Amino acid sequence: MRKTVTLQINDKEVKAEEGATILEAAKQVGAEIPTLCYHEELAPYGACRICNVEIERRGRSRMVAACCYPVEEGLKVVTRSPKIDRIRKTIIELAAVTAGEDVAGEMRALASEYNADLSRFRSRVSIKPTNCILCGLCVRRCVVASWDSAIGFLGRGVSRSIVLFPEKAGNCLICSYCRNVCPTGRITSTGPNPPFPHVDDILAGRK
Amino acid sequence: MNAIKRVSSAEDLEKLRRGIRARKEPSKHIIAFCVGTGCIALGAKRVLEETIGEIKKHGLEIRVDVKETGCLGICEQGPMLIIYPEEVPYFKVKPEDAHEVVSKTIVEGKLVERLLYRDQVTGKVYKKIEEIPFYKNQLRLLLENNARINPKNIEDYIEIGGYSALAKALFQMTPDQVLEEVKRSNLRGRGGAGFPTGLKWETTRNAPGEPKYAIVNCDQGDPGAFMDRALVEGNPHSVLEGLMIGAYAIGASQGFVYVREEYPLAAENISTAIRQAEEYGLLGENVLGSGFNFWIGVHRGAGAFVSGESSALMTAIEGNVGEPRPKYIHTAVKGIRDKPSCLNNGKTWATVPLIILRGAEWFRSIGTEGSSGTMIFSLVGKINNTGLVEVPMGITLRDLIYNIGGGIRGGKRFKAVQTGGPSGGFIPEEYLDLPVDFDELTKIGSMMGSGGMVVMDEDTCMTDMARYFIDFLLEESCGKCVPCREGLRVLSKILNDVCEGKGEDEDIQTIEDIIETMKEASLCELGRTAANPLLTSLMYFRNEWNQHIREKRCASKVCKALTSYYIDPAKCQACLICLRECSVGAIQGEKDQVHWIKQEKCIKCGTCYEVCNFDAVEKLSGEHLPPAPKGMKPIRKRKGGN
Repeated sequence: MRKTVTLQINDKEVKAEEGATILEAAKQVGAEIPTLCYHEELAPYGACRICNVEIERRGRSRMVAACCYPVEEGLKVVTRSPKIDRIRKTIIELAAVTAGEDVAGEMRALASEYNADLSRFRSRVSIKPTNCILCGLCVRRCVVASWDSAIGFLGRGVSRSIVLFPEKAGNCLICSYCRNVCPTGRITSTGPNPPFPHVDDILAGRK
Repeated sequence: MNAIKRVSSAEDLEKLRRGIRARKEPSKHIIAFCVGTGCIALGAKRVLEETIGEIKKHGLEIRVDVKETGCLGICEQGPMLIIYPEEVPYFKVKPEDAHEVVSKTIVEGKLVERLLYRDQVTGKVYKKIEEIPFYKNQLRLLLENNARINPKNIEDYIEIGGYSALAKALFQMTPDQVLEEVKRSNLRGRGGAGFPTGLKWETTRNAPGEPKYAIVNCDQGDPGAFMDRALVEGNPHSVLEGLMIGAYAIGASQGFVYVREEYPLAAENISTAIRQAEEYGLLGENVLGSGFNFWIGVHRGAGAFVSGESSALMTAIEGNVGEPRPKYIHTAVKGIRDKPSCLNNGKTWATVPLIILRGAEWFRSIGTEGSSGTMIFSLVGKINNTGLVEVPMGITLRDLIYNIGGGIRGGKRFKAVQTGGPSGGFIPEEYLDLPVDFDELTKIGSMMGSGGMVVMDEDTCMTDMARYFIDFLLEESCGKCVPCREGLRVLSKILNDVCEGKGEDEDIQTIEDIIETMKEASLCELGRTAANPLLTSLMYFRNEWNQHIREKRCASKVCKALTSYYIDPAKCQACLICLRECSVGAIQGEKDQVHWIKQEKCIKCGTCYEVCNFDAVEKLSGEHLPPAPKGMKPIRKRKGGN
């Protein structure tokens, strides 16, 4: 059996198994930490940064991603503060730069909760909305579903995008896992702007 | 090269060393050519070929040896060569100088005056390398051997005492003693953050998991930085020796050297060094018969700045896209394939043999209390002596820039110095007397970084420089996390707007909001430190921001959108030069008629400004443009003044 460690989350004492993350431990005390790129069945990725919390360790405090940070003995965690809220708000507003204002799902809910102005930075940069925040959940979920992903990342930095690799389209099991994990509602099989166009055609050998 | 002899004990190594030294003839001349990347670019290879031709012509092949060495530091003065045993240094040598170098200096023993170093400010000529102010004020512990060895020949390195630190560590010290020595030396990582090296080694040593890895970071993508390249190109065995001593202390059996794609010569030299060390029994199975096994592989990067970050570098070595991953568990514990992996900068590894040979106390006696030893900087920008310098920690910026660097080019005024690459900050004039070490630089918003040092003069626009670094990082961000990817995208847009005169007062607040989120919430250090140049620009040069945003003016006249070119009718001699050179036909006028610029046609390329012989072309920013002097006759200057 694994060792347990004791930490404090929002002044409440929590016992958690060694190796667990702050996010997992916080669930025990009902402390809500928002996530966008996290999924229980997938390894933590740490890309959306919305789950940032403040920790105090050896007298020094800093912000860490709750989905990745492993619990430690004596750790003090705060999951909500004016600073955390401010940073989460900015992250949502930044994520909206590419995603656009017309997002659904978890992203929409968080935007209301943190009072984020989705057009704040978007209005400055004129790019076509993609409805995608590049959280990579679909890519990572697809790897698990079919062992060799049919979709993946292309490009670096601001040109990063998610694409269907035509030569790997045969890997697609049409399992809809990617659609189910998407936090912005981008992956819909019926939408007017499907992320992976022609996937059905490719599978059927029509293209 | 003589028949290779595998050395299988410390005594063997000493015997080999004695043999190499005995074969040297002290009366023989050696002409050492710097064939580092900088000098090659300046034509060193042709100088070398010509010189070899001249030696043959004079029939001196038996009396003169030619040696190709790594970077000698003073890149501004290349191609450079040193003639031994007299130690005569020649600078800016052209292929046509080869004849005189051989016929005068080698045959007659006379100096070629014009090839000696001449101080650009005082005009003084120097005959000895150590007297030249650029070298005199340095302490070259890691770089001094560059002048004495051919990096492609292991025997050169063995001759000057190479691998004796490894032998000492393997036969006279336990791994614990090596670790203790490095810990006591207070050596801190030369890659940027200055993490205590001994502590990192200990973490990897104590971490569970086998095999353990030891890795050299030679990624170094900062603009204007080439310290690690010069070291790995010029003295690759010193890096390997340090790596092996470290591996012995850590208990690592596998090593990697990560060399960025843009450093082909470094990759070539380190690969040659590894092969030769293996052939000599200094690397591989049972090193020097000690029972210690260690193998090293070279990994060439795919051209990504972010791969210098430890977790991204290790992801790249694993064969994946070089993207950082969360490292709340340090890479020293869980690195390559989740095994303990100790990553240090090339300069850090190369320092280790010195510490083992000369002791931790000696090392601690150099530098400051918090930062021991020396640091290599690549001193570039608007400075007289561009090049690679090695100085004890704690030297002031003023000493570095004025005594070693020879001051600002063209007698201009110093404005700022940028240390630490895109993660560092701009340091203004008021901090010129600051001692340079890890802690002092961090205090004022910059950082040591891996040793890039870009000097800027009064003609530099600090708003534009902040824009430059943000745009650099925008290109280099991997795009994995939201704060860095989107933060840089928005910052870049705002900064470009400000430089184009489209900035507004509220922009400063927006910038500060984004910076806070990037600093606190980014996944890796690239994003967390990305705003440092911007922050220090805002902190120390706020007046320039106000000029750009409120007055729509760029005082340094760098930002094109805010600058106009104007021909002063009182100075214009109507010589037609600028008119002919203008690529868009924006300059109006004719012979005997003062020229003027049609502003709506001008693309602000600056050609007229550069070609005018009468200083008649001016740059204006924020000032009212006087009307065009159509049809005006020039006021001719009389020959002979007045």
